Amino acid sequence: MLIRSDRSVYDHAIPSEITSRSVYEGRRDLLRLMGTGVAGAALAAWASRQALAQPAAATVRPGRLAALQAIRSNVPGASSMEQPTSYKDATSYNNYYEFGTDKSDPAKYAHTLKVAPWTVEIEGLIKRPGRYGIEDLQKLGAQEERIYRMRCVEGWSMVIPWVGYSLGELIRRVEPLGSAKYVEFVTLADPKTMPFIDSTVLNWPYVEGLRMDEAMHPLTLLCFGMYGEVLPNQNGAPVRLVVPWKYGFKSAKSLVKIRFTDQQPNTAWNRAAAREYGFYSNVNPNVDHPRWSQATERRIGEDGLFAKRRKTLMFNGYEPQVGQLYAGMDLKKLF
Amino acid sequence: MPALARQPARQAALLQHPQAKLVIFGLALLPCAWLVYAAIANQLGANPAEALVRATGDWTLRFLCVVLAVTPLRVVSATPALARFRRMLGLFVYFYAAMHLLSYSWFDMGFDMSDIARDIAKRPFILVGFTSFVLLSALAATSFNRAIRSLGAQRWRTLHKLVYVVAALAILHFFWMRAGKRNFAEVAVYAAVLGALLGWRAVRYLRRQTS
Repeated sequence: MLIRSDRSVYDHAIPSEITSRSVYEGRRDLLRLMGTGVAGAALAAWASRQALAQPAAATVRPGRLAALQAIRSNVPGASSMEQPTSYKDATSYNNYYEFGTDKSDPAKYAHTLKVAPWTVEIEGLIKRPGRYGIEDLQKLGAQEERIYRMRCVEGWSMVIPWVGYSLGELIRRVEPLGSAKYVEFVTLADPKTMPFIDSTVLNWPYVEGLRMDEAMHPLTLLCFGMYGEVLPNQNGAPVRLVVPWKYGFKSAKSLVKIRFTDQQPNTAWNRAAAREYGFYSNVNPNVDHPRWSQATERRIGEDGLFAKRRKTLMFNGYEPQVGQLYAGMDLKKLF
Repeated sequence: MPALARQPARQAALLQHPQAKLVIFGLALLPCAWLVYAAIANQLGANPAEALVRATGDWTLRFLCVVLAVTPLRVVSATPALARFRRMLGLFVYFYAAMHLLSYSWFDMGFDMSDIARDIAKRPFILVGFTSFVLLSALAATSFNRAIRSLGAQRWRTLHKLVYVVAALAILHFFWMRAGKRNFAEVAVYAAVLGALLGWRAVRYLRRQTS
């Protein structure tokens, strides 16, 4: 009898990630060859990718912040083989409007953010509501390294090794009621530490939301760190959401509240410009932003000045894993 | 001669020095030199293409402010020697505008004309900037002495009043670009400077009409 787990529906391998049979069958020989330095340059590339498949996280720590130990993730699609963006670029080119709208602002001003003590309120249509201290929240699941592509709605992208666990683990623990259809994420809005919060660009606090099945998807990450260390302030410390198949703004930073509701949440960008930012905001090269094309993106740090923009992939390349969540939906209307 | 009057005389002598133009020329090239160096030394941050497009746009606006400040400065400070730098500074506006257009079409768009056409259809503020550049090209093309002579001083002056249209379009271009994030602080600074420089001309014009 075939026994299917609730996770197996997400197991659709991407062909490029499947190790070829000949390489697989000869893996011990190859490792021995590599050990003696005989393996050629072609195999070196394979070896470095294969090294990522070891249980321990492979990312080299930048040595800036406290380490956050993580194991390699087994979640399908969670370990992109692409070259990670440099830590410097990933921490100096950010959108975190509470600290200013220029992408260099968060790195300059987010040092005022006070990340300890920190609590996250979990409430709404669940059996076990409560307040979690950040340390307790961190221990609820095994910290995994997830190397995700991150596509900003503005047309640029990065590859970031995040650290965290599937949000679904937390959701299962708090036991949602049958009536819970959506999850709302509320982020910190502190006028004392956030200099740009008196601006009119958005209605604070910043609110994001997911449908329950999206929130339960194993790729949806409750994130505590990146590059093997705790999150820098400008990247959403101490805990944020990462939803790799949606535009970056869906991945709310510095969470203070997670609320389960039967109503589709009124997200911050949707309230600011409903015509431009839909509730779903899945990465989709075929549906343009009203003010610019979404067909291509600039990969930050790739080949310097003369790099061509690359084609944006449907669901940011996570279609094998998440496509079925949107089967039958008109993604032009529900953008 | 009293000491007070000697000061402007020495200034005028400095401004009339044969090397003065060369010095200004060198200074005006400094931003460009820095950007070329920064691009090579990888000092332009995470998104060098975007940084170049924005920096060249900023410098176009700054030189536009500088060149439009020449005449008010000349009149207010009674320093006629300033006039000899006006053409060169005007051409530097054109130079940085051309660098701006080049950075956009090369580094951002990879000279892909169909991509550029699609991008302009999506982002009309680019068209405003481009219109401004076309008008500026007409001014640059008629900036040498033979063009002035063949046009006749009166017609040349009328044509070069287009610089006010260029300034207005440049501000609209910048405003529109920043509208997405409603980040208008810098736009307001340039608009205020250019507005003051144009306002000074308007006041002078009205005074002449009434006197």
